[in-house]
Order: sequence, then structure tokens, then C-alpha cells
Amino acid sequence: MLLEISDLAIDLPSPAGARRVVHDVSFSLGAGESLGVVGESGSGKTMTALALMALLPDGACVSGAIRFEGRNIAGLGEAEMQKLRGDRLAMIFQEPMSALNPLHRIGAQVAEPLVLHRGMTKAAAWAEAVRLLDRVRLRDPERIARAYPFALSGGERQRAMIAMALSCAPDLIIADEPTTALDVTVQAKILDLLASLGEQSNMAMLLVSHDLAVIARHCRRVLVMYGGTIMESGPVDAVLRRARHPYTRALLEARPRPGAPRGERLRAIAGVAPPSASAPSGCPFAGRCPLTIDVCRTAPLPTVEFEAGHRVRCQRVDASGRLT
Amino acid sequence: MSASALKARGRAGASLRLGFALVALLIGAAALSLVWTPYPPDAIDVPHKLLQPSFAHWLGTDGLGRDVASQILAGARVSILVGLIAVGIGLAFGVALGLLAAAAKGVVEDAIMKLCDLTFAFPALLSAIMLTATYGPGVVNAIVAIGVYNVPIFAKLTRATANGVLAREFTLAARAAGRGPLAIAFDHVLPNVAPALIVQATIQFAVAILAEAALSYLGLGAQPPQASWGRMLSDAQSWMYVAPRLAVFPGLAVALSVFGLNLLGDGLRDALDPRLRARG
Repeated sequence: MLLEISDLAIDLPSPAGARRVVHDVSFSLGAGESLGVVGESGSGKTMTALALMALLPDGACVSGAIRFEGRNIAGLGEAEMQKLRGDRLAMIFQEPMSALNPLHRIGAQVAEPLVLHRGMTKAAAWAEAVRLLDRVRLRDPERIARAYPFALSGGERQRAMIAMALSCAPDLIIADEPTTALDVTVQAKILDLLASLGEQSNMAMLLVSHDLAVIARHCRRVLVMYGGTIMESGPVDAVLRRARHPYTRALLEARPRPGAPRGERLRAIAGVAPPSASAPSGCPFAGRCPLTIDVCRTAPLPTVEFEAGHRVRCQRVDASGRLT
Repeated sequence: MSASALKARGRAGASLRLGFALVALLIGAAALSLVWTPYPPDAIDVPHKLLQPSFAHWLGTDGLGRDVASQILAGARVSILVGLIAVGIGLAFGVALGLLAAAAKGVVEDAIMKLCDLTFAFPALLSAIMLTATYGPGVVNAIVAIGVYNVPIFAKLTRATANGVLAREFTLAARAAGRGPLAIAFDHVLPNVAPALIVQATIQFAVAILAEAALSYLGLGAQPPQASWGRMLSDAQSWMYVAPRLAVFPGLAVALSVFGLNLLGDGLRDALDPRLRARG
């Protein structure tokens, strides 16, 4: 396994003491595999992604193990992490406008990891950057390399970000909502590009998104997160077509569908997502879930396994997949 | 761009040009004095004292018969020297401390900022007087005193602006690319902080010129026979009722220089302000 996460928990400092934003998160990712992480805002998906890169905000506390190629990188020193970041692990951010330094040329920014990790000269790295910009299918890569970020469109900037992340041919690329800031038409192109480049170089991808359609199209497996933990996980087909967890089902029903009768209202999930600290025990979805029973609020979440690694963490789902 | 923004831009351009012209005049005067002044600025010629401005002496002569125009030209040199070095000291130490505070955070940041607050608690001129009183009057001590006062100003500005830059996603992206904190501070933060520093530097330059004039006026800065605008003002005091013009000319030189630098600073601020800068 390329990446194995076990019992990951993240505490963030807050005025009221440490706040647990992620808990009981375990999953693994093989080389070249693509894994989607879905969840609403505050579900802990971004924090999980940042924890893999050891880029959590100051004062954050990580427990559990993050095994990258068998080596536990949780708690690795900053100097060691710097060697991994940008080289073996790369990240693509949500806002291509703010994730590029407005005062540096695109070419220099794409070339930066090459100078840093491959020891290339500036000129050689620049030439490679132009080649990378061509690879992410930017027209006229020479001109783009010389341009400053403000001169590029959102889609072009995100392609430049992808070129930067791909520069050292990482084993794992973490894309945190890479297309949320882009138009729908550009979204699909960017994700197709990312997926095809990933396949070409056998690169694993962790795609964080709140968009189920994006995950369904581009990932083989999916984690559904809520309240800082994993609710349901497994192959995309199984999870999205035969969702077992009440939360996943509610999420799927809250989604607009083509061909739905006119005038049909979207089914919103009642209530609001809890602040992640407020679920010390029991299921974080208890209270909003229509199937909540007393035991949901108190007992730790069980894990129910189905075929092909489809796992559900719910008190109300039994081994046959029926609700109890 | 809206009409009001265009208008503001036009105004900014005008003040930038006037400020630039006045500062160029100051630098030109100082440069000229290196190779030529109408008379040696410190040549005493008592028989020709207190002359009215004429073709021989453009701005007249002072109480000891020294040529006022020559002294003003030579005085520009002192003003520029004081401004450059004082701002240089402020920038060198202030930017380093400010970047360190922003990058290190926590205890280090608190300690640096408290130290700055402590320095601010003393009026600048008072600290300068204390320093020169301890180490003796003279231009060098005046420069150091003014420079020390500049350090916390630049440190605070750098830290505040750098914290804003560090909160932007591209610094996180740079870390994700494997860069270390020091490299990020220099390559990514510093260039984004620079516009604010440039503007502040022109303003502190003007403050330094004023401070040097004040110190020299008090007898703690430039010592005779060195020409300095502040010292000229101090000398003129004894002739105030006989020849008030002796105070007017160096006063005007100080005022125009400070005015020019402030205009330049304001103009630069507007020119570097992204809200006023044309996009594309």
C-alpha cells in the first residue's frame, strides 16, 4: 500500500481548549489509485488532507499513524517533511488565484519544486516548466511561463497549479476541491486532465470534494465524511448506488437530479452540521438522522462490512445491509 | 475603472510627479555640492557679513559672511546622508525583526513586538537627545539615534504586512511544494511586503531630515563648521531681528524636501495600491 492511515485524529487549538476535528479515520490508498473524499463543510476532509502533508495550522495535534510507503510520517520532523512535500507528495489547492504568488512568473513557480528537489539549474527547470505547461495542455506554454498569474484565466491558473504539483512526478497528489472555484465546463476538463495524467504516471490521487458527481466520475473509491469521521466507504459504484448509511442516502437525496419531476423540491437534511467538538461519543449524525435511537448518541460507532470493501459505520445497519 | 478612481489616479500621478521633482532637486543639490558650490560653504568673510541676496551671493551671507546658497547646497548632503543611513538602519534591522516575528509566531513574535512597544514609549527626539548626550554630539550619533527610532517602525509594519501575506494561500502552496520557512519569508513574503516598505521608507526619510534639523538646531547634530540646515537655523536665531531671511532659506529647504518626500510617499502608495492599479 502506498498510503495507510490508521486511527487518525486531529485536535486544533481553540480558546476553549483543544477541539477534536477529525477522529477514527482509517483508510488506505494503493499506488495509482484514486480515492474521493466527500463531505460538507466542517466534515474534516480538508484537515485530513492537510494532515497528510503535515501542513495543519500551528498548534494542531495529530495522533494515529500515517504510513507512506510503510514509513510513519505522522510526527516526522519539518526538515524530513520538506523533502517529501512537492517531491513524493503534492497538493493542489482550491483557489488558483490565491495559491499562486502574484509577483512571480508562472514558469518560475512551476519550476520551483524542480530546483528544490531535483537540484536543477534555473534554466533547466524553466525549460522543464515549459514542457510541463504544455503537458497540462496550456496553449503557448512559452508565453504562459513568462506571464504573471493575473494575466491568466482561472482555468489556466489551475492548470499551472497542476503542472507545479506534477513537476516532480509525485506518488500521491492531494487535490483539495481543485475545481470548486471554476466554471462547470472548465471543471470537467481540469478533472479529466488530472485523471489522465494520473493514469499515465501511475500517480495516486486523493480528491477532496463536496460534489458527488465529481467523485463518481473521477474516483474508484470514496469516503463519505461527516462530523470529522468516516461514515461510509467503499467502491464508488457500491457507495453511490447502494448507499447503506442514512447520511449518505440523505446526501444523495439532497442532490438535484436531471429528469426529476418539475416542481419537486430538493430534500434538505434537517438541522445543521454540529460543531465538530460537540460529538464526544456516539454518532455525529445522531440528532439530524431520522433513524436516531438512544444508543446512537452514546455507543461508539460499529463498522459493518459488505462485499468489496464497502464499509458502513452505523448502529442501525446490520450485516445484511438492512436497517434494524 | 470608475470615474472617481480615474480621478484619484490622476491626482496620484500629479503628486507623484511633484514629489519626484522635489526629491530630484534635493539629490541634485547634494550632488552638485560635491563638485561645485559658489563659495566654499565654511569660508568665513566677516567684512561681507549679512549681505542681501545679490548676483555675487544669490541668497546673501550670514552673520560670519559665509555664503548661504553654498551652505544650503552642502547642507543637502548631510540631510540625504542622515536620511539614507537612518532609513537603512531601520530597514535592515526592522525588516529582519518583523519577518522573524511573523515567521516564528508565538513567544518570539510577542517578545519582538513588546520590545518595539517599549521603544515607542520614548519620544523619538528624547531618545535621540539621550543618545547624543551620552555619546557626544555629532552627525554620526544623530544618524544612529534616528536610525534606532526607525527600527520598531519598520519591524511593526513588516510584521503586520507579512502576517497578511502569510495568511494567503500561496504561502501554503509554497510549503506544499517543499519550501522551508526562511525561503518562503524571503522569496514569497518579502516581495509582497516591499510596496508598503517603500512608501514607509520615503516618509521616514522625511522624518529623519526633520529630526536631523531639530538635533542640529539643538546643537546635538552637525557641529560647526559642517554645513547643515538645522545648524543654519540655529545660527540664524541670533540674527532673527536683523536678517530674518537667514532662517527663511534653510527653513524653506527643509520644508520643501520634507514636502517632496511626503508627496512621493503618497504618490507611491497610490501607485502601488492594487485597488487603484489598472488590471491587465
